[in-house]
Amino acid sequence: MRPSAVRLLNILVPVKRAVDYAVKIRVNPQQTGIDTNVKHSMNPFDEIAVEEAVRLRERLGAKVKTITALTIGPAKATDTLRTALAMGADSGIHVEVSESAPAPEPLSVAKTIRTIIERRNKDAKSEEDKIDLVILGKQAIDDDLGVTGQMLAGLMDWSQATFASKVEIDTDKKEALVVREIDGGGEEIKCRLPLVITTDLRWVDHNNLSPRYASLPNIMKAKKKPIEKLTPADLGLDYTPQLETLKVTEPPKRVGGGKVANVDELLAKLKEVGIEAKA
Amino acid sequence: MLSSAVRSAKSLRLKPITRFSRSFTSTKYRRDDAPRLTSLNTFTEEEQMLRETVKRFATEVVAPKVREMDEQENMDPSIIQGLFEQGLMGIETSPDHGGAGSSFTSAIIAIEELAKVDPSVSVLCDVHNTLVNTVIRKHGTVEQQEKWLPLLAESKIGSFCLSEAGSGSDAFALKTRALKQGDHWVINGSKMWITNSYEAEVFLIFANIDASKGYKGITCFLATKDMGIKIAKKEQKLGIRASSTCTLDFDDLRIPEANIIGGEGKGYKIAIEILNEGRIGIAAQMLGLAQGAFDKAVPYTYQRQQFGQPVGTFQGMAFQIARAATEIETARLLTYNAARLKEEGLPFTKEAAMAKYWSSVVAQNVSGSAIEWAGGIGFTRETGIEKFWRDSKIGAIYEGTSNIQLQTIAKSIQKEYS
Repeated sequence: MRPSAVRLLNILVPVKRAVDYAVKIRVNPQQTGIDTNVKHSMNPFDEIAVEEAVRLRERLGAKVKTITALTIGPAKATDTLRTALAMGADSGIHVEVSESAPAPEPLSVAKTIRTIIERRNKDAKSEEDKIDLVILGKQAIDDDLGVTGQMLAGLMDWSQATFASKVEIDTDKKEALVVREIDGGGEEIKCRLPLVITTDLRWVDHNNLSPRYASLPNIMKAKKKPIEKLTPADLGLDYTPQLETLKVTEPPKRVGGGKVANVDELLAKLKEVGIEAKA
Repeated sequence: MLSSAVRSAKSLRLKPITRFSRSFTSTKYRRDDAPRLTSLNTFTEEEQMLRETVKRFATEVVAPKVREMDEQENMDPSIIQGLFEQGLMGIETSPDHGGAGSSFTSAIIAIEELAKVDPSVSVLCDVHNTLVNTVIRKHGTVEQQEKWLPLLAESKIGSFCLSEAGSGSDAFALKTRALKQGDHWVINGSKMWITNSYEAEVFLIFANIDASKGYKGITCFLATKDMGIKIAKKEQKLGIRASSTCTLDFDDLRIPEANIIGGEGKGYKIAIEILNEGRIGIAAQMLGLAQGAFDKAVPYTYQRQQFGQPVGTFQGMAFQIARAATEIETARLLTYNAARLKEEGLPFTKEAAMAKYWSSVVAQNVSGSAIEWAGGIGFTRETGIEKFWRDSKIGAIYEGTSNIQLQTIAKSIQKEYS
């Protein structure tokens, strides 16, 4: 052991293939879920996570040793992984499930990430090869559950910095300074590595940046980056759901509504229905 | 015309499988599932990713500037910078020269996606890639490639200077002359209708070095702006107004001998060859244009209510929309078939001419109808639908007029049947 050796960071970025944010969601006729035969892309929260990982490398240089992207999903989820690779991740891991299988629940996802980390850290030749930072979206725009990161930190017994909008890492001290988006503003916290960070959409405002587009040369390079294919069984995991979806319905259609020409007319209408400001 | 395109496409695509698969494996950019026969809607993983990324760039970065650029007849520098950053200015250029090392079809995809949002930005990317880069990539010496391709991929816009006041369709009647003086060539003359020339820094200039040899004297020279090219008048146009079109004057323009591309007297061959594949780029631009107009107008017809129902659901409208969608599909198939033929190393001149001719017809039809579908609002400049129609007119004129395309197709038929 060289106590003064440069600390290196290995980052794992789990990404999810989700229905594209611009698609109009429709409930399927059986009311068991939504119509998934639509355009998919990387969950926007995860895009920020990948961007943050790549920016950490741009800031810290060689101190970020590896960036690994991980996804769980059907064969088509490879596209999502390739996008992460084209944005700047070095390699990918794809835990493949069948197209018809139900989406794994957050606990299964968290356990998968844990298993991937443990597997990698067990095989690591030195401390410098171990994963010590996980950056993931705070939620996915499809199910909006928003618990995977917290569950993972709990399972690993790692620090957690959720809803992050700004991240600074000191690899030598093995510390991170994270601004969290909370009600009424930002909360700055300092935490020790290893660490789980979940990214907030306000990261975009705080850093005045959007996640990068994969440029064409990087798309071409991504083609040559390795993707490891695994199944849940390879990891000793079972994705049988613990929750049962009873029924999915669309929000009630808006009825009525009308336009008013000015504030006076609005106030008159409000008075008409009996709503009045208290003196 | 269409049926003959399909017929010739079929006869080419269904040649013995052995030959087909050989040509696939010999090319670096074969489709992943070769040699299985696929539809023209089959794209490689990276081609699909490219389409996504260009679409995003076009809608997020280009779209907000389209109207302003059109009104001001100016290309926003941030868009040019974005095109370079996205690697869209060196699509086929090898990674050793700072490019992406991607396929011809990728270039076509990028041109189509840009045109869906702004045909002006699309043609900038098209001319730079399919004409300028390709000439240097195919006909430049190793030294020329190493010197110019990285600049063109990273920061400098290229322009292709062939047309003159008196030589348009009759391109090789050009009057610009080059005379040798020591280790330099001295060029005198002028060029007209030169796309990208206002922003460009690298110019491929076609000039005759020996008028007595006729077209066999035509030679391709590479010049940079600082050598003394005079960018004269910027044309005021009906459409693609953000794309610059200027007159260039050469007054004793001195070009080093090392800047001849492809050898003395080889210019006409280079021009013919490059314009053949360049047509597929314009076909893609016109295809994207048609789709862009369609995408803008159709959703509106389902929102706009008259007589108690969305106007787009009246049969008279619905069938027009269906017909336009079918026309777009024909343009798409012709364009991508020509692109794949070129990529597979098969003859494509006739198919490229068909794609360019027909896509420009479709672009004009669809964008014209789109204005009518949107009614009064479609006639205003606010929605941008009328812009597509203005932009569509150039498709029948540049990189070979429609009549020149029809002549190319006709000549090919005459050769086949006589």
